Amino acid sequence: MTAAATSTSPPTSRGGQSGVRLARSRRNAELSLLLLAMVLVAAYGAMVEASVLDTVTPSFWVPAAALSAVFLGLHVAIRFLAPFADPALLPAVALLNGLGVGFLHRLDLARATPSERAELATFAGTGGRQLAWTLISVALAAGLLAVVRDHRSISRYAYTLGLAGIVLVMIPAVLPPSISEINGAKLWIRVGGLSIQPGEFAKLALLAFFAYYLVRKREVLSLASRRFLGVDFPRGRDLGPVVVVWLISLLVLVFEKDLGTSLLYFGMFVATLYIATERVSWLLIGLVLFFGGAYLAYVLGDMIGGPFANFYLRANIWLDPFADPYNNGYQLVQGLLALGSGGMFGAGPGAGQPLKLPEVQNDFIFAGLGEEIGLFGLSALLVVYLLIVERGLRAALAVHDSFGKLLAGGLAFTLGLQVFVIVGGISGLIPLTGQTTPFLSAGGSSLMANWLLIAILLRISDAARRPVTGGGSPSARPTGGPPEQLHGAPTEVIRP
Amino acid sequence: MPELVITVARFGFLILLWIFVFTVVGVIRRDLFAGARSGRLVAAPRGVGAVLGQGGKPARVKRGKAAHQLVVTAGQLAGTRITLGEAQITIGRAEDSTLVITDDYASARHARLVPRDGQWFVEDLGSTNGTYLDRAKVTGPTPVPLGVPIRIGRTSLELRP
Repeated sequence: MTAAATSTSPPTSRGGQSGVRLARSRRNAELSLLLLAMVLVAAYGAMVEASVLDTVTPSFWVPAAALSAVFLGLHVAIRFLAPFADPALLPAVALLNGLGVGFLHRLDLARATPSERAELATFAGTGGRQLAWTLISVALAAGLLAVVRDHRSISRYAYTLGLAGIVLVMIPAVLPPSISEINGAKLWIRVGGLSIQPGEFAKLALLAFFAYYLVRKREVLSLASRRFLGVDFPRGRDLGPVVVVWLISLLVLVFEKDLGTSLLYFGMFVATLYIATERVSWLLIGLVLFFGGAYLAYVLGDMIGGPFANFYLRANIWLDPFADPYNNGYQLVQGLLALGSGGMFGAGPGAGQPLKLPEVQNDFIFAGLGEEIGLFGLSALLVVYLLIVERGLRAALAVHDSFGKLLAGGLAFTLGLQVFVIVGGISGLIPLTGQTTPFLSAGGSSLMANWLLIAILLRISDAARRPVTGGGSPSARPTGGPPEQLHGAPTEVIRP
Repeated sequence: MPELVITVARFGFLILLWIFVFTVVGVIRRDLFAGARSGRLVAAPRGVGAVLGQGGKPARVKRGKAAHQLVVTAGQLAGTRITLGEAQITIGRAEDSTLVITDDYASARHARLVPRDGQWFVEDLGSTNGTYLDRAKVTGPTPVPLGVPIRIGRTSLELRP
C-alpha cells in the first residue's frame, strides 16, 4: 500500500529549450502510474482469493504479473513510437482492463468446485481468455502505433474505411439469426466457438470517415443557415448526410434489434458534426430526431410488433422493471438489487454473489463489480473513464489539424457515450441495451476495438504535445516561401 | 482469514483506488487548470520564419510604445492573444499558419505580419478577399500602428502594447 509514494517521482523534462509549455514527454510519470495500477490489480486478485478460497494462494500474482508485463511492453513501445503521448491514458485503461480480468477470474473461482479451483490455470476460464485477449489487443495497439506514424495518414483511407464500416454494420443484419443472434440482438458473427462483434470495429472505421467527411464539408454545413427562434438551423439540402446516418442507425435498431449500438452511431455522428461546426442546432436536431425515432419505434412496437417488438419490450422493462421481476425484468431487477446490496462500500472483492446476475461477465459486469466495491468504488471507476475521455478531448483541443481534432474528439466522445449507455442501462436511467462496458466486459472484439481506439488517441496526443520546433518531427513542414506558390495552395489541406 | 484483515483490506483497496484517481489527476493537473492557455487554437510562433527577409538581424524594440501582443478582437477566435516575438506571424486557414483562422472568407495563406526594426508590417499573401488595414486595402507591406484593426474576412486583429 506504499506504492502511492513512488508515483510522485518527478517527470522527465525533455525539449525544455523549445519554449513550448507541454514539451515534456512525462513517460516516467506514466510508468509510475502504471505500476500503481498494477499494484491495485494484484491487491484485487489477492483479496478475491482471500474471500472466495479463504486463503491467498502463492500464485495469486500471476495474472497481475502477466498484465504488468504486457502493459510495460506497450509502455516501452510508446517511449519509442509516441514519446510525447498523454501519460494518463495508458495507466487508466490498464487499471480498468486489469480489474476486468480480475473480476472475470473471480467469477471462474466462484463457478468452479473446490477441487477444480486449485488447478485453474492462468489462461483457463473467462478470466484466462480475457487475459489472452488483452495480450493480443495490446500487441495490436502497439502494432497500430508502429504502422500509423502520423494520424493524418488515416484520412487517406477515409472512404475505404467508411465503406468497410457500413459493411461491418450490415453483416449481422443480413446473416441468418442462427449465426448472428445472441439474446435477441443480431450483432454477432459466430464462427465455430468464436463470436465476433463487427460493430465494435465499425465504430472506429465510421468515425475516421465522419471526421474526414466533415473536415471537407464543414464550411458549407456551418456557413449556410436560416435563423429560427434564435438558433441557426442548416439548410434543408445540407441535412442530407445526417438524415442518411439517422436512417442507418434506425435500420440497425430495427434489424439488429439493438438500441445501444444505434444510439452510439447516431450520437457519434452528431457529436462530430457539432465539433466540426460549433452549432448547437445540430445537437437539437440530433436529439429531436433520435428521441422521435425511438418513440416512433416504441409506438410501432406496441401497435404492429414485428421488428419493433424487442425494443417495445425493453422500453417497458425500463419503465417498470418490477412489473415482471422473475421473467422479463429478471436481469435488470437482479442488477438493481446487486447495486443496492453493494451499498456505499460494497461487500468486498469476492464477497458478493455475482452468479445470481444473468450475463454478469458481459453487460452486467458493472452491477457485479458494484455489489463488491460499492458506490465508493464504482464512482472511482467512473472517474477513471471520465479522465480517459477528458484526455481524449484535451488531445483534440491541442492537436493542430482539423482531421485530428475531429477524430480524437469523436473517439473520446464515443467511449464516454458507450459507458453512459451501458451504465445508464444497468442503473435504470435509460432502457437497457446490449452494449459492452469498455475494457471491463469479457469479449475479444470489444477489448480489441477499444485498445485500437486508445492507440489512435495516444498517436494524436503525441502529435498534439510534441514540441513544435523539435527537429525531425513529422508534423514540421517548412513555412514561408514565395507568396506566388502560397497563393495557389488549396483552401482546405488534408495532408496524407 | 481473520475478519479484521479482510475488512482492513477491503477499505484499503477502495482508498488505494481513489489514491490512483487523484494521482492521475495530479499528473494531468497542469493541463486541467490551464485550459485557457493550452486549449488555444493557434500554434506557438514558429522559429522557422524568424530570419525570413530580415538578413538575420533580429528585430529590436526601439520606441517606448512597441507592440507586444496580437489580439483577435472580432470573429470566431475573438479573445485570442498571441505574444509577439521576433518571428513573423502567418495568418490563414492552412493548418501550419501561426494563427489558424476558421473564417469562411479567409484564404489558406491569407496574410502575414513581419517585424522590421521594431515595427510590424502587414502583407497580403495574394488572398481572394483581401486584407484591410482599418478601411484601406493592403497592397504591399504596410506598417501597422497600435490599435488599428487589421480585417481579414469577419476576423479583426489588433496590435497591443
